[in-house]
Amino acid sequence: MRKDGQPLCLKDYLSAHGYKASEKATKQFKASELIELIKDAGLLGRGGAGFSTGIKMSAVPSAKEEGDMRYLVVNADEMEPGTFKDRWLLEGNPHQLIEGIIIAALAIKAPVAYVFLRGEYKEAERRLEHALHEAYDAGVVGDGLKIHIHMSAGRYICGEETALLNALEGRRAIPRTKPPFPQVSGLFGKPTVVQNVETICNLPHIVANGAAWYKSLGRAIDAGTKIFGVSGKVKHPGAFELPMGTMGKDIIYEHAQGLLDGLKLRAFMPGGASTDLLTAEFLDVPMDYSSMAKMKTRMGTGTMIVIDDHTCPVGLLVNLERFFKQESCGFCTPCREGLSWVHDTLLAIEEGDGRVSDLEILRQHGKLLAPGSTFCALAPGASAPLLSGLTLFADDFMQHISEKRCPYRT
Amino acid sequence: MLTDDEKAEIDKEIAKFPHKSHACLDALLAVQKHRGYISDETLAMVADYLEMSPTELSGIASFYNLIFRKSVGQSVIRLCDSVSCWIMGYEAVRNEIKEQLKIDFGETSADQRFTLLPAQCLGACDKAPALMIDDDLYTNVNKDNLKEILLAHENKGPCHVATSDRKDEKRRTTTMSKGLPVGPRL
Repeated sequence: MRKDGQPLCLKDYLSAHGYKASEKATKQFKASELIELIKDAGLLGRGGAGFSTGIKMSAVPSAKEEGDMRYLVVNADEMEPGTFKDRWLLEGNPHQLIEGIIIAALAIKAPVAYVFLRGEYKEAERRLEHALHEAYDAGVVGDGLKIHIHMSAGRYICGEETALLNALEGRRAIPRTKPPFPQVSGLFGKPTVVQNVETICNLPHIVANGAAWYKSLGRAIDAGTKIFGVSGKVKHPGAFELPMGTMGKDIIYEHAQGLLDGLKLRAFMPGGASTDLLTAEFLDVPMDYSSMAKMKTRMGTGTMIVIDDHTCPVGLLVNLERFFKQESCGFCTPCREGLSWVHDTLLAIEEGDGRVSDLEILRQHGKLLAPGSTFCALAPGASAPLLSGLTLFADDFMQHISEKRCPYRT
Repeated sequence: MLTDDEKAEIDKEIAKFPHKSHACLDALLAVQKHRGYISDETLAMVADYLEMSPTELSGIASFYNLIFRKSVGQSVIRLCDSVSCWIMGYEAVRNEIKEQLKIDFGETSADQRFTLLPAQCLGACDKAPALMIDDDLYTNVNKDNLKEILLAHENKGPCHVATSDRKDEKRRTTTMSKGLPVGPRL
């Protein structure tokens, strides 16, 4: 990455050993060996779910005959509020992504790859398109692989992998039933692997340096490095590539240099709007998927949102739930109907029109939105900050209700 | 009638997919670039070109927030109202836009110059609040530099004009106060 924010051009990238890994993967590895390597390295999907990339790839059935179609899709539909890591990778180093695509396509024997890019990421589109031209002109991609950039027409739900496939096929972006999983029947009914931008960007480094090296990078349980980020009222907000398992407190107080003067940390969300609201105690938990799962929470995208003591937590929840309400695709009842009620009830409390009984109603909705009641992860994502916020900020809720106003408003 | 330019752009998108209809969203976005929004007539023409029924295409188009089915101003301002921008005070920017352009979310200015829409997280949370005017992202926006941003955009001209009429790409690099544009510049 360049300090001035400009993308690495092909020359820069080549001089930093660029496209050496894809060359190595082409010449020295069979597809199955690549998947084994990725499995051994312990690479986990960086979109937020943290599922093993190698296992996901190995679920693609082996081609019965040459020419059987299969697709690689890169999920570059970054829209989780508070998340800005993929933009950084796309704009800062597009060639790294292209090299990763070459490797992933080799591993699953896909002749076609689509980059599903968020419609608002125009700068990323310009840079990626330019890099693609450079890469094809220089012959580093090879004739056997077609890489298309597809600009999304919007909506958060497109980040859900099966909804993304529907969007890519030019349909309404409603999630599909699983099974069949996309690896068996995905895009246009063909075997498809969908991977997040950051996940793909890890592949060249794994191929170049091996699984053992990659594993050794992690500080706690999971392997590799992670793009962490901090937003909110801190002195130095930004994205930082750090070892997986770096403590939350190091990320916020060292790399983001702590909160602005006069503010204290009240809570934080470890990785986007669909993760739990957590207290400062969780800053001592290593930030990786396994360590956070042990604490019964999720790391999500790893881009942290800091909530300071001057920000109204009820207002925060109104904002979060409005987002989910608006972005619900409308397919499942708890999500379509429930989120509207959740938002309206929260708003009433925030505006000083709440009742004590509202809190129980909100908790009930939270449970109805929890995993298992809906098709996809949007509703559980909306439930996480709601349920954790109701517990964590119980006093604030009561104060709003008893004083019939928002105490944070002057 | 779709223009030759529009047809050529749609054909380029169709080439990426096994069947014409798969490119319907790309086709609508391509046409919208020229026309600003997708009217019922435009929708019917695109549907016809892709061998789809207008009803089917309309059902798809209405799902997506970047396809405008109502007319918009020459430029669209998309102000992020998601969590990080909320914490960093996007509401002050919204109020300032209200003050300067007399428009709120969903409204178009009387001179048809700007439409203001809320945007979901623009992925610039470390430089919040953020907004986009057409294809350009502006970050660390506050009520003081908003005027400067609008003015810079004014000089650049509206987005949906034929590409050949576009002002020199270089003009878009207008450097403004620190941390502002993440501009083009390839």
